[in-house]
Amino acid sequence: MSPGQKSKVRRTAEERRAFKRELIEVVPHLRAFARGLCGRPDMADDLVQEALLKAWAAQDRFEPGTSMRAWTFVILRNAYLTDMRRNRFRGEYDETVAERILTAPAGQEEPIHLSDLHRALLTLPPERREALLLVGAGGFSYEEAAEICGCAVGTIKSRVGRARAALTSMIEGGEVPDRSIDDPSAHRAILEELDEIAAGNGETEHIR
Amino acid sequence: MVSGANRKKDTSNHMSDSETGGRAKKASPEAAKAGERPDWATGLKKLYDSVVDEPLPDAFQELLAKLDDDEA
Repeated sequence: MSPGQKSKVRRTAEERRAFKRELIEVVPHLRAFARGLCGRPDMADDLVQEALLKAWAAQDRFEPGTSMRAWTFVILRNAYLTDMRRNRFRGEYDETVAERILTAPAGQEEPIHLSDLHRALLTLPPERREALLLVGAGGFSYEEAAEICGCAVGTIKSRVGRARAALTSMIEGGEVPDRSIDDPSAHRAILEELDEIAAGNGETEHIR
Repeated sequence: MVSGANRKKDTSNHMSDSETGGRAKKASPEAAKAGERPDWATGLKKLYDSVVDEPLPDAFQELLAKLDDDEA
């Protein structure tokens, strides 16, 4: 997935059609990943649209036969980090929209409220949140997640482990914050992680 | 969506990988409890899948349709 690895080969019309077909297939996954990353459904969709345009523009760099989902997740992730740095997402969380979207369908008994879970998720530092989303929700292996995040497999394992421990203690201890942004310690943690990311740690190759 | 069945299968395989996570199994009751899949883990998957299963908003259909027009 590194930029200079494959020389740019102009795709045939058939290959471009195949690319588009695969791209369309991963859109629902991109939306789910983005929603988990940034919390607000409208912003998440904006992010996905941005990522789709970038993926389309960079399609000559996609190696046919490799995972379109992993490739586009890298693009989405980079777009997210860029937007985070520009302060587009200030950890905002739309409670009512989340309630409407995230609560389970009627008749299904849930052990915990999904809205609580999502709120707890949003208090995690971004790097742990995305690691947990990739492995625990997206079904990526640790190796694939490490590839997407551009870090070592051990780092991903540690992030997922910490994220799981934090969620378990928050949820089982009934300490889910009312609103993530109102929790000063969580907010501070997010800002600290952002500084890390802004310093260039944790971001993978840019696909422009 | 055509890929639906494949995706589900793919995902469940990975899930079982990630759940075992290479951790050694321990015999003590406490460790057994800790090794159980917590309730929220299912919820997390459900959160993700609920978005995956949403119909695509029109904005996406429009954007995807537009991609063809940009052919150089």
